[in-house]
Amino acid sequence: MSTNSFVYTLHLADNTLILAQRNAEWTGHGPVLEQDIAITNISLDLLGQARNFYQYAALQYNSFSAEEKKDVDKYIPRLWKEYNRELQEDDLAFLRDEHQYLNLLITELPKGDWAQTVVRQFFFSTYQFYLYQQLESYRDEQLAAISEKSIKEVAYHLRWSSEWVIRLGNGTEESGKRIKNALNDQWMFTGEMFVSAPYELIDTTSLKSDWQKKIEIIFSEATIEVPQQTWMQSGGKQGRHTEHLGYLLTEMQYLQRAYPNAQW
Amino acid sequence: MIDEKQIWSLLEEVKDPEVPVLSIIDLGMVRSVTTSEDKINITLTPTYSGCPAMDVIAMDIRLKLIEKGYRDISIIQQLSPAWTTDWMSEEGKQKLKAFGIAPPNPKQQFCTSDMFQQEAVQCPRCNSYHTELISQFGSTACKSIYRCLDCKEAFDHFKCH
Repeated sequence: MSTNSFVYTLHLADNTLILAQRNAEWTGHGPVLEQDIAITNISLDLLGQARNFYQYAALQYNSFSAEEKKDVDKYIPRLWKEYNRELQEDDLAFLRDEHQYLNLLITELPKGDWAQTVVRQFFFSTYQFYLYQQLESYRDEQLAAISEKSIKEVAYHLRWSSEWVIRLGNGTEESGKRIKNALNDQWMFTGEMFVSAPYELIDTTSLKSDWQKKIEIIFSEATIEVPQQTWMQSGGKQGRHTEHLGYLLTEMQYLQRAYPNAQW
Repeated sequence: MIDEKQIWSLLEEVKDPEVPVLSIIDLGMVRSVTTSEDKINITLTPTYSGCPAMDVIAMDIRLKLIEKGYRDISIIQQLSPAWTTDWMSEEGKQKLKAFGIAPPNPKQQFCTSDMFQQEAVQCPRCNSYHTELISQFGSTACKSIYRCLDCKEAFDHFKCH
């Protein structure tokens, strides 16, 4: 077991937790009841995946030697160190600071309107689908098992978000305008997916052509042109985030920070 | 010595808290039951990653076994091979239908990421196949919502997974 594997597991966990939190903001605010339920179900699936990843990350950390623990110390929440017990999933989810999160920037962008949420979900689910396909046969058994389980859920998310991209693209003038705006706003955050960080155990550059192909198929069905080359923003995988993440964490972490070790 | 058959029949009494007509055996969640002296090891495969019923089910298993005098219980979660609706028992599917939830179709028939697919889902009330999908996501992670175009009732469908 390597410290890279721990950091990579955190990255996978953070992606799913942060997007789960963003999608959960729709609870009670969806455009219609069925879609309110759909987006919050997707949120719940992602949260479940995050739990599996965080549990595995905690397990890895607890079995590390003192030296390995020192290596990854910058990702470990300070508050937990006062607890004098083994690291647990909730410590990793709720007690770290902004710069300790390794999620993709696209997952932390505000939920925006329905088009913004749908486009982000489509970009991310497509990415997850091809990533988990690779991870399913990866040599780390636990990461492979989590991916094998999760990819079935992701298939539903991908189907749902693809359908919405097409529906909005071919809908009214207003829906078309909104989905184009969403595409243009988020495009510069997609490049980061395919620039591998040193800790990543899967070479994500290899996922790009499949991802690009799927995106082009769906957007062409939606009669929307996909932007060509453009400057891409990165930083999330290194812990450099947009200003949006801090606000998200403040809300999400409130309970564990106000009442340390509180149990549901 | 603990009788493993006895444990299996007790597990039959542990229900899915969200679909209380189904036992965890009907759902196909129990991978194995092994015993050694006074210890019971139960291996479970979770259905959906985020399903809140999972924690409740593990607790219900413990309570059920403790109630019958068993003390040393270990519940292991096994993710791979991943749970599929194909593991649901025929009896379970019949119970679902009687409860008003359309049971899942076999996975080979319909379980892909392809879009806008129409699945022939039978209305659990009037048995018509003249139904339409309202939403791929329903009241719990495992269900979608359909509408019967003949009897006009909306109903839950346990989706293929």
